[in-house]
Amino acid sequence: MININEVIETNRMIEKENLDVRTITVGINLLDCASDTVDEVCSRIREKIIRTAGKLAATAETISREFGIPIVNKRVSVTPVSLVGASACKSPEDFVRIALALDEAAKTIGVNFLGGYSAIVSKGMTESDMLLIRSIPEALARTERICSSVNVGSTRTGINMDAVRMMGETVRQTAEATKEKDSLGCAKLVVLCNAPDDNPFMAGAFHGVTEPDAVINVGVSGPGVVKYALESVRGASFEVLCETIKKTAFKITRVGQLVAQEASRRLGIPFGIIDLSLAPTPAIGDSVADILHEIGVEKAGAPGTTAALAMLNDQVKKGGVMASSYVGGLSGAFIPVSEDQGMIEAAECGALTIEKLEAMTCVCSVGLDMIAIPGDTPASTISGIIADEAAIGMVNQKTTAVRIIPVIGKTVGDTVEFGGLLGHAPVMPVNRFGCCDFISRKGRIPAPIHSFKN
Amino acid sequence: MCKFAFHYNIFEMNRSIITVVGKDTVGIIAKVCSYLAEKNINILDITQTIVQGYFNMMMIVDTGNISEGFDMLATDLEELGNGIGVQIKCQREEIFEKMHRI
Repeated sequence: MININEVIETNRMIEKENLDVRTITVGINLLDCASDTVDEVCSRIREKIIRTAGKLAATAETISREFGIPIVNKRVSVTPVSLVGASACKSPEDFVRIALALDEAAKTIGVNFLGGYSAIVSKGMTESDMLLIRSIPEALARTERICSSVNVGSTRTGINMDAVRMMGETVRQTAEATKEKDSLGCAKLVVLCNAPDDNPFMAGAFHGVTEPDAVINVGVSGPGVVKYALESVRGASFEVLCETIKKTAFKITRVGQLVAQEASRRLGIPFGIIDLSLAPTPAIGDSVADILHEIGVEKAGAPGTTAALAMLNDQVKKGGVMASSYVGGLSGAFIPVSEDQGMIEAAECGALTIEKLEAMTCVCSVGLDMIAIPGDTPASTISGIIADEAAIGMVNQKTTAVRIIPVIGKTVGDTVEFGGLLGHAPVMPVNRFGCCDFISRKGRIPAPIHSFKN
Repeated sequence: MCKFAFHYNIFEMNRSIITVVGKDTVGIIAKVCSYLAEKNINILDITQTIVQGYFNMMMIVDTGNISEGFDMLATDLEELGNGIGVQIKCQREEIFEKMHRI
């Protein structure tokens, strides 16, 4: 039987160390909502989302209450909209109408973000993909809860540089379209390489075509719990350090697994995966940078940071994999700047640069995330940053992503306030040398060699 | 009447953990227990300890027979706690089982 110390430990994690389930995300297939008129597509989409996930928010609240664990976000991911709207949409404006319908459905069922306003263009773009990408700036400016993602490359296909060029421009246009809100639209737009089909975390969540009609994916969190556990092993060997992280990751993940199974049972939707992530928030004590500090680097970004992060990421997976029957999504440590108080401080004091963050993305779970850059950064430079990240993902067979915000009207030294879970960030300097000639080349970068293994 | 009627089948029970944390005062256990008796909730185990000067009590209870919803029970206990200056939480046992048992 459970003993009092175990109960105290669990409740301390929840109350003092910010342990929570970061998101329950219901993935919904919308391929059966396709039609030849936009009105019909919108009406079918609204109906299906409300029918499938209408009880999500209330069910999550009940589970949270019964187990005493906060479930921070309730979200929905849908089939990439470029596929759903392919036969109905003849212009970017048509796609914007679908975005508005999705936003309305998200509000109706009470989810704070809905992901899947997406296109998968890792090898080439269809007419529909192109229209959707062109519609992104307006769609994000006119909706509140829609998240958009575009997958521009993969290890199998190489990098679609035409899409990379287009996304550099799209990021800038989105920043312009939402400049009254510190270019907030870009915080809901991510450019990926090797995007997973079952990621529950925004902004890159979409419901892949390999998935069933509906599925529950759960993202766990808990940087504060790991940090607290590491405080008790200061000065200990790497063996002790790794064991401590693994045990903590195991405990965190088991809670996620329990919540996922309960949500699946109560909603009658199959359980998909647990995403084993350390997802920071701007709250004090809920920071991945603080874990790196606890491991022994003075500030995130100091020499040694990449090695410390690589170890942390690996131990989180090793501990978490045993705790869950199915692991997927992004799984690892997130290193967003604006959403992590320790990262914000490191960026403010000059310890952390975009170049160092790029190195860290080689070993973390995703990529350059929530980084504010000067508003006058050229589109080709943004495309260059996207291409660099995609190359890291392609060659290392991992997911990488870019979610950067060129804040219109602001420059290095200014601060941007996004609010809520998105936090705030200092505007970080970007290398001022250009890559225009590289980005203006047409076509794609071929897939790397991974076959000659004999 | 079956003579085993009062034998609990631990696999069919719906166990919850009630925790009380706060400054020790007279009558905390009495108040919680009378509330539970009123609601027909059986107490299976009680443990208490002092952590960093604070009174910590844990009760394992059977919430399989509650007539009102779990939410109502948790809210009532929270309010009861507020009335006597302690924090009372009621959580289903699985969260602790899952976290601490392989």
